Amino acid sequence: MGEEEGLRQAQLLDTMFVRGLKRKCFDGEEDIEGTLAGFKAIPSYNLQRQSLLDMSLVKLQLCHMLVEPNLCRSVLIANTVRQIQEEMTQDGTWQMINTQNAGHASLDRLVSTDILCRSSREQTEAKHSPGYSTFPKDFEETQSQDSSEIMSAVSSGQAPRNLQSNMWEMESPQENRGNFQKSLDQIFETLENKSPNSVEDLFSEVDSSYYDLDTMLTGMMSNTKMGHCDVLETFPSQTTTNSNSNCKSDLNELDHIVEILVES
Amino acid sequence: MAGAGGGNDIQWCFSQVKGAVDDDVAEADIISTVEFNHSGELLATGDKGGRVVIFQQEQENKTQAHSRGEYNVYSTFQSHEPEFDYLKSLEIEEKINKIRWLPQKNAAQFLLSTNDKTIKLWKISERDKRPEGYNLKEEDGRYRDPTTVTTLRVPVFRPMDLMVEASPRRIFANAHTYHINSISINSDYETYLSADDLRINLWHLEITDRSFNIVDIKPANMEELTEVITAAEFHPNSCNTFVYSSSKGTIRLCDMRASALCDRHSKLFEEPEDPSNRSFFSEIISSISDVKFSHSGRYMMTRDYLSVKIWDLNMENRPVETYQVHEYLRSKLCSLYENDCIFDKFECCWNGSDSVVMTGSYNNFFRMFDRNTKRDITLEASRENNKPRTVLKPRKVCASGKRKKDEISVDSLDFNKKILHTAWHPKENIIAVATTNNLYIFQDKMN
Repeated sequence: MGEEEGLRQAQLLDTMFVRGLKRKCFDGEEDIEGTLAGFKAIPSYNLQRQSLLDMSLVKLQLCHMLVEPNLCRSVLIANTVRQIQEEMTQDGTWQMINTQNAGHASLDRLVSTDILCRSSREQTEAKHSPGYSTFPKDFEETQSQDSSEIMSAVSSGQAPRNLQSNMWEMESPQENRGNFQKSLDQIFETLENKSPNSVEDLFSEVDSSYYDLDTMLTGMMSNTKMGHCDVLETFPSQTTTNSNSNCKSDLNELDHIVEILVES
Repeated sequence: MAGAGGGNDIQWCFSQVKGAVDDDVAEADIISTVEFNHSGELLATGDKGGRVVIFQQEQENKTQAHSRGEYNVYSTFQSHEPEFDYLKSLEIEEKINKIRWLPQKNAAQFLLSTNDKTIKLWKISERDKRPEGYNLKEEDGRYRDPTTVTTLRVPVFRPMDLMVEASPRRIFANAHTYHINSISINSDYETYLSADDLRINLWHLEITDRSFNIVDIKPANMEELTEVITAAEFHPNSCNTFVYSSSKGTIRLCDMRASALCDRHSKLFEEPEDPSNRSFFSEIISSISDVKFSHSGRYMMTRDYLSVKIWDLNMENRPVETYQVHEYLRSKLCSLYENDCIFDKFECCWNGSDSVVMTGSYNNFFRMFDRNTKRDITLEASRENNKPRTVLKPRKVCASGKRKKDEISVDSLDFNKKILHTAWHPKENIIAVATTNNLYIFQDKMN
């Protein structure tokens, strides 16, 4: 398990949806049907961009955990986050995401970001026809329903908490979960700022930011560094049994504490 | 290049491989730097465990005219030890980031080796004679009572087995807050520079308690940090000129005569972005991982994630040559971002005559580009081609569509097998290629 599998998964994501994507106008019914099916399989550009944003935030968090963060890598990731944020602000999608506090989409919703790999020329074509305006009117209804479903799923309050709670459930005690939530919120808050450079807090002296996460880390530090791929691997399995496993880990902790008390 | 035809093409053959055969790589054995000395007789490697291993080329055997001398272990020493920064509660890795040789001035050899924080000057000297014939000690080693010594005996040097000693002559410490990524010795052979993520310092080889800061790109407010220094090098001939590259794909050439603090560049080399190729990953893949001057000093080469670029120092607005290393990865940038491979720092090097450049890739592949013939070749460092003088077979990666026989598809590339460090002998066609924990030496087929 681990890195290799994560890479293969991501590679699958890269190729999985490539075939279905069509950007040309369609003339025949045949084509339309094909593309309808294709569209359903392809997450929108916005969704993919959101996914990239989430991935980047996870990376930034994780790099605070390692022995000494690689400054070049952190700067490059932060710049990527900033780029996404700027684009989202221009789009107006930033507002929508904000109000529903949906930045923490669970990672099983990490969708193919292959659109993002393509050249901007192709993207402009794609964006102007955000998936459905190239289709004849009859299908517009269905399409917009689909896309709004996807968007609302992303922004629902249901999905977001999964990210942080799942990440720390297995490893850290309950209070650390709260702290992580808090620090992820801090990072996200900085992105919410209207000032142009909103990601700076991450770099306000690498040292102090390290200490900010200190309490959260005390639970983690004793554990070996988890490759972020490893961490990502744990997500899919957690989403459905979220509340159950919450209880379970609580009970286990309680048992453990009782054990200690009894023994002493 | 092999297989491409033409009388002048080089055919590369396997020569040697150094390192453990195990697939289970001990982390300390991961090779982190490779460097030939100025004559090419010595080849140094540094690893993650802080060790330096120096190989020496055997004297050419006149009877074996068809092969050059082999490289054998000459000296091994522990250059850096892990340290702990108590202020930050962080470990300082002992990994050797760079080794640079000084030109030889006397019988001893000198090199600079650096980890993230400290640079050391090592003297490597040979001892092949030892004085014998003292009459001052007993058999068991105790000193004789002076009153019992009645004759004056002058000891005589007698040959002994060759012993190679490495001793640290200078330690240049406490000058870098951030991680050192480059060291470069000036053509005056008296000074050198060390560069970290945000600053570049100038040292004198004799003075360890002082260094001059010559570049500082740290913003007053760290929150405004968007760019870091990724590599730096002195010009091979002009002792006042150096360049440094950045994570935004720019190279700045600085003249130390202009001012003490070289924050204002003399020249800025930057290729305008191709707007049709723009994506969220554009900046990351434009980040320069290595910069190397040509031996002539007229050109410099930069390596970014997907390509190698040759710049004429007289032309700032675009490179004169661009070579694609693994363009097939462009559609995979998302995956490579996810697994962090997009942050891999590949190095590059020139051959002795500046006619061919070389760099590494994934799957233990490495690439060479002939600047004159415009031909390129992909070769693999693998234990499968183990017989000396076996000509290496060119490799080909199939980007998409039908995979031909002997081609490898992009999806079956092993991204854990990366060749980050390569070196070319300054005079001969001998190359050293480092895989994760093995060092391969290849040479051209001599007929």
